[in-house]
Amino acid sequence: MNETEIHGMVADVKEGKLSRRGFMQRLAAFGVAAPTAWHILDFHGVAQAQSLTAYKPTKAGGGGPLKILLWQAPTLLNPHFAIGTKDQEGSRVFYEPLAGWDNEGNLVPFLAAEIPSRENGAVSADGLSVTWKLKPNVKWHDGKPFTADDCLFTAAYAADPATAATTIGTYKDIKVEKINDLTIKITFEKPTPFWADAFVGAAGMILPKHVFEPFKGAASRDAPANLKPVGTSAYKFIDFKPGDILRGERNPDYHIANQPHFDTVEVKGGGDAVSAARAVIQTGEFDYAWNMQVEDEILLRMERGGRGKAIPVSSGNIEFIMLNTTDPWTEVDGERSSVKTKHPSLTDPAVRQAINLLIDRESVQKFIYGRGGKATANFVNAPPRYVSPNMKYEFSIDKANKILDDAGWVRGSDGIRAKGGTKLKYVYQTSINAPRQKNQAIVKQAAQRAGIDIELKSVTASVFFSSDVANPDTYSKFYCDIQMYTTTMLQPDPERFMLQLVSWEIANKENKWQGRNISRYSSKEADDAFREAQNSLDPARRTALFIRMNDIFCGENILVPVLARTRMAASSNNLVVQPSGWDLDLWMLNAWFRP
Amino acid sequence: MADIGAVVTAEHVSPWVDAWRKFRRHKLAVASSIALLTIIVAVIVGPWLWPVSINDIDFTARLQPPSRAHPFGTDDLGQDLLARMIYGGRISLAVGLAAMLVAIIVGVIIGAIAGISRGSVDTALMWVTDLFLSLPQLPLLLLIIYLFRDALKDVFGVEMGVFILIVVVIGGLRWMPVARLVRAQFLSLREKEFVEAAQALGASKTRQVVRHILPNAMGPVIVAATIDVAAAIIAESTLSFLGLGFPPDIPTWGRLLFDAKDFLDYAPHWALFPGAAIFITVLAINFIGDGLRDTFDPRRVL
Repeated sequence: MNETEIHGMVADVKEGKLSRRGFMQRLAAFGVAAPTAWHILDFHGVAQAQSLTAYKPTKAGGGGPLKILLWQAPTLLNPHFAIGTKDQEGSRVFYEPLAGWDNEGNLVPFLAAEIPSRENGAVSADGLSVTWKLKPNVKWHDGKPFTADDCLFTAAYAADPATAATTIGTYKDIKVEKINDLTIKITFEKPTPFWADAFVGAAGMILPKHVFEPFKGAASRDAPANLKPVGTSAYKFIDFKPGDILRGERNPDYHIANQPHFDTVEVKGGGDAVSAARAVIQTGEFDYAWNMQVEDEILLRMERGGRGKAIPVSSGNIEFIMLNTTDPWTEVDGERSSVKTKHPSLTDPAVRQAINLLIDRESVQKFIYGRGGKATANFVNAPPRYVSPNMKYEFSIDKANKILDDAGWVRGSDGIRAKGGTKLKYVYQTSINAPRQKNQAIVKQAAQRAGIDIELKSVTASVFFSSDVANPDTYSKFYCDIQMYTTTMLQPDPERFMLQLVSWEIANKENKWQGRNISRYSSKEADDAFREAQNSLDPARRTALFIRMNDIFCGENILVPVLARTRMAASSNNLVVQPSGWDLDLWMLNAWFRP
Repeated sequence: MADIGAVVTAEHVSPWVDAWRKFRRHKLAVASSIALLTIIVAVIVGPWLWPVSINDIDFTARLQPPSRAHPFGTDDLGQDLLARMIYGGRISLAVGLAAMLVAIIVGVIIGAIAGISRGSVDTALMWVTDLFLSLPQLPLLLLIIYLFRDALKDVFGVEMGVFILIVVVIGGLRWMPVARLVRAQFLSLREKEFVEAAQALGASKTRQVVRHILPNAMGPVIVAATIDVAAAIIAESTLSFLGLGFPPDIPTWGRLLFDAKDFLDYAPHWALFPGAAIFITVLAINFIGDGLRDTFDPRRVL
């Protein structure tokens, strides 16, 4: 399906020739799942249906305690200082954004009265501004009213470089104005097709101006409220021990009727993924646990006990292998893997193609990840409309051997292929995590049969994913030939995600390896496609551009996708949760209940 | 002189025969020696008797309990556990013994020098020992491994480089208790009459130490050594756990145990075999140490 066809169908919907439902069904026929097609219609001013969650209880409270296990425990409770998801989850218990993303990529209002759209005129036709109407009569936990001033303050607070907020990227290039006490207008510098970033989701939690005003800028870290939050959510703060336990109680003045169901909420930290799964699924000590990085086999066996279950939630996360085309073993100007160098063998496309053929994705999915992932040949796997139909994967040692033979890589006496004195010997690194080590072993064995020698290296996760400039073993330094990890897609729009494929984001010494393009590979075509997509208000064109970028990197075998990951959580059988692959696990904690 | 010599020879029992007689009386030590010897022979000749590859992945034979095809069962990639145990045993035993030797040699030398010399040398060496005892081990390990891993890997290859590094690191951080034990022994032994006698006969300091004091101080050292072997085997698995040890596909006993822990309730064989191997080895070495202490105890007569 190409962009012209989509345009034609959108026109039919507008004229009434084609129903909304019909549009969704036709797109679904082409592999575009119905719910995510909202964006296409939204940009063309066609109303979107709100997805509703079935909340059964008819009064607030009475649900008893809710016990949640976040085995990586929150260490602070200010969403704008959050380091990693754990702090965002902890903060989300008390703070709310204007809107969150549901599991199908739809916006759900929290502090907003309604979701802006083309149709209600809140999103301007030129893509330069969006107007949010705020919900009236919302009160902070200390009784003060919530107004537009709080939104303005939050944006200014996060955008101030002296505050050193982790969400600065979301707020630094926007202008927020107050129209009246309950209306704000966000203005962008350039036409911005993806307007739902500020005040939305994990980066969008709004802080109370009256609490944080004295602590804006350099004094930001001294605010007592960083550890004692005052929010608008369904649960009020009781106490917090960083890295250990967090407790809250029901907010009787919550702005959504009949919510929340539970009287208290407790978030406990500590342990590891397997022990957390045990505590929820097997012994039933806790009601919910997140981030189940556990072999599916183990979860399935635990589930037979009947107390709890694993909940797979599809997301845009991708477990992939990255091949280094720069030389990781030569130091140039104080850094290895510098773009000024060339890898002795991985610059040969035939070698990269052979490695891609040596990855047994089906077995990895079937025997290791189970429900936790799906074999894929694409870097972008969600929302479905952005998934390229052009990439295919295959596992064939024979084909890999043939490609290497044809490219002149000949087996030596030790069984390892070489050409002109260069041997196909690689170091393959990843973080310490049982499924990943198994994946490494499977790849190593297949490579051995194709005459490629692979040395495995595993780095403890806290080092591998750290941003420590002095450490040579981080994934962003990429001081080895091959590496594997999961990169997360946080929004149902790939713009942010695609920054990993552009030349100006290449991680290097100058940007302290904070650049998001870790592979160091760049192509002018991908750069141009990204720039155009950034300001293109035509969603069909944008989709085509993002798919092209995906095809360049996957077609060149720089990024070798393995599995589209699903987020796994564990929940007790007598709890109804509201999972979403596009927002935090606790994004709709207010609507959890026991049936 | 010759006549007197002849008389002595008639009643003479060589020290080794005497030691064997004493050792033999310690039944547990004898049994342990047999067990340890069996394990050592098994890991050395094992690959010829059981020529199965350690990393053949077979998804059709995952998590199988012990059977004829796989006497120790398989892990969750269908790899044969017996072959992996044999391979891993070589590394684990070699690491344990080599690290113990490093710890004992360094500990005995430092303890002996400190014990025999009085004054400033003793004080300085004990300061060094205290300093090492108070070092935070984990950050130090990280530092050493980051500094030297790549250099050693280039010279000795992946496995040998890591082996040397681990042996030096584990041995280098475990000599302090040995040094203190040896020093304490020396402090009491050097005042004993037989040492004074040797001194009166004109024996040099070195001779006093090597011939007279050290053999009498070896009892506690041997016990400490056996504990060190066990600690080194376990420390190696800790390092593997942190990603600082051998590459993850090299199945040392500690690594096997670590991989197996999540499957303990439905594939217990996977953890039981390496667990039992570590347990038996460590226990056997401890009993042997016990037996050796009795053997070398000069005050013990048959």
